Amino acid sequence: MIKNIMRLAVASAIAVFAAPIYADGHGCKISARVSIVGNEFPAIHAVADGAKVCKGSEVKANLTADHQKINVAGMSGNPAEYTSAIIANSSIVALMNNDVIRPLDDLVSKHGKGLKKNQLITINGKVMAVAFMANAQHLVYRSDILEKAGISAPKTYEEMLSGAKIIKDKGLMDYPLGGAYKAGWNLAQEFTNMYIGHGGEFFKPGSAEVSINNAKGVATLEMLKALSAYMNPDFLTHDSNATSAEWKAGNVAMMNMWGSRMGPLMDPEQSTPTVVKTTTLGDPMTVGGGSTPATTLWWDGWTVAKNISDAEAEATFIAMMNGINPKRLDDKMMPLAVWLIEGFKPGPANVGVAAAARMNAIPYPMLPYQGLLHSALGSEIVDFMQGKEDAATTLADVEAAYTAAAKEKGFLN
Amino acid sequence: MKHKTFFWFFLPTASAMLLFIALPIFSIVIQSLFTPHDAVIIVTENCDPFGCKQETTIDQDATRDLRKSEPLGKFVGLEIYKDRGHLAVNEIKEIWVESNNFAEFKNNIGNLPFYRAMAFTLTFTFTVTPLMLVFGFIIALAVNSLHQNLKGLTIFFSLLPMIVSPLIGSLVLFWMIDSRGIIGEALQYVFEDPDLSLKASTGLTWVMLIVYGVWHAAPFSFVVFYAGLQTLPMDTIESAKIDGASRLQQVWYVVIPHLMPLITFVALMQLMDNFRVFEPIVGFSAEAHAQSLSWFIFNDLGGETRLLSSAATSSVLTIIGVSILLFPVLIRTWRDFNEKSAK
Repeated sequence: MIKNIMRLAVASAIAVFAAPIYADGHGCKISARVSIVGNEFPAIHAVADGAKVCKGSEVKANLTADHQKINVAGMSGNPAEYTSAIIANSSIVALMNNDVIRPLDDLVSKHGKGLKKNQLITINGKVMAVAFMANAQHLVYRSDILEKAGISAPKTYEEMLSGAKIIKDKGLMDYPLGGAYKAGWNLAQEFTNMYIGHGGEFFKPGSAEVSINNAKGVATLEMLKALSAYMNPDFLTHDSNATSAEWKAGNVAMMNMWGSRMGPLMDPEQSTPTVVKTTTLGDPMTVGGGSTPATTLWWDGWTVAKNISDAEAEATFIAMMNGINPKRLDDKMMPLAVWLIEGFKPGPANVGVAAAARMNAIPYPMLPYQGLLHSALGSEIVDFMQGKEDAATTLADVEAAYTAAAKEKGFLN
Repeated sequence: MKHKTFFWFFLPTASAMLLFIALPIFSIVIQSLFTPHDAVIIVTENCDPFGCKQETTIDQDATRDLRKSEPLGKFVGLEIYKDRGHLAVNEIKEIWVESNNFAEFKNNIGNLPFYRAMAFTLTFTFTVTPLMLVFGFIIALAVNSLHQNLKGLTIFFSLLPMIVSPLIGSLVLFWMIDSRGIIGEALQYVFEDPDLSLKASTGLTWVMLIVYGVWHAAPFSFVVFYAGLQTLPMDTIESAKIDGASRLQQVWYVVIPHLMPLITFVALMQLMDNFRVFEPIVGFSAEAHAQSLSWFIFNDLGGETRLLSSAATSSVLTIIGVSILLFPVLIRTWRDFNEKSAK
């Protein structure tokens, strides 16, 4: 008797909990395993959660900031551990270089109803990824602090510097600027932004030979260092997460930050009330009198592994399609990113990315050897930021480190 | 022991060592001698949400056959060992020619990643190892002289730093020493310098890593020495007391010689461990100030474009480095062993 009651209780509990999930699934049914690897921020979580709703087989997601360290390895085996990697325009290159993702043309024509043409990432005529969001770094500032200091929102990095000086001199804040300047990937990204803003070219045209040791490179480094003087002295350990935390704590007045991080900054549940009220988004800034904004455009999208069965590939495609199903764009998911999905309405947290696109920001280069330069930048420009060597030496070091790596990978002879 | 008995007794160990130590070492040595084939680069039209444009990509079809026929890649001999990321042979020659004096030479060498990493690794190894031996020994002596009822609890708490996994331990400390953390703020208050940041200065970062290293490793030497103290010959101690030896003299002339084999053992283990220092660098986000060969391997394997040959080369160099470090200790052990067996 008791056993039966227990059984009934468990069954009804399952029914109660399962019902809303099932209702959310929009009837998404899959017949083979799906395993996702990707970066860790709210918009990606939302997509993975949408894939997990699918019924019929297991959907696993491993979302971590270290996704780039594991996705190639996890997709190289046969069968691959991960059936889908969520990547961006920089990280798809590693997957392409290692030949671990499959063309999606047939799956797109079979299951890709509702995808817009600009969501299809086409390389050499083949669809290799489906993009679902755009991203870019842009200005974000505290309107109250700027008002107290009597300055307007900066349009250029030069104005940002002079504004920071006023805020500091007036004693409003000790370290008015913020930024993801952590040694490694983040710092290299800031260099890339600023160098593009100065109108620099990373490589000699048509070759893998690097050419950043020039006046624009020096100006880029000088600007980064000038900005860092107004940052928390620990800036070389601050990634986007740590910088966001500083912002939420009310310690920063202006910073160049990812559009995808704006939602949490303006979320009353995650941040302090004054900060939430006064966090204002601005356009990406220009630098050195240039007209190209010192930022890069990014897309995030998903891929399907090559070394898996066709059934698994199909299941992965269906589940990921459900992750970016327009019906899932509710009040919670909408503000998380600039979605490329049908039915997206830009909100107050998205204006920065939209501005980047409007100002013709340059997309982050999708070159096979860009990642090597990014790594070399990330480890070598640290010396300059610490004042241990001059800009020209640092740029020469970057070029030397890149050249050694590019030779090893067979891009240079 | 008969040779045949010895053979059968040793066989499982030998095969395990062959499989899990010798083979992987052989494998990385091979991998460090090869690099990927030259990439065939083509210009294609690529499209993304921001439009279409001509871009360079790798022609997978062109390299597939080459990869299949020579799966190891291109044989380059010791090229990777000699490149800038590793021993930097050519760069050193240049620096030697260009430098006017030794200070400048030293400074320029410090700009090369391998030698910079070595500077930190060796400093770390040769400060942490002796300090942790000393601290472990002092804690062991102190705990040993406690009242019986207190010993268990004290031992448990003394072991905690070792029980906490290194990455977690360093992360906890990382946030405590942050300029807004409890230790960071306290130091700013003590030194009356509101801009003081342990994470922003190379020197202080090294000190912080070394302090962490000692904190984490001291319990290991403590627990080994404490076990050793339980076997202390009481009659020798008593006769030393009768001869009027002070507590310090007892420790110096009786306890330390008795523990010598254990000290050698702990030193051996710690030299090896500290040479491949890694977790604290990641945990403390200290890569801007301190790097090690292990961190290079991690970095090579973790970039957007993985450098496998470079990682293999760094691994071989780590093994060579550990062998050089352990050489004096091994020789000593060998000599002791021979002396003993000669008696």
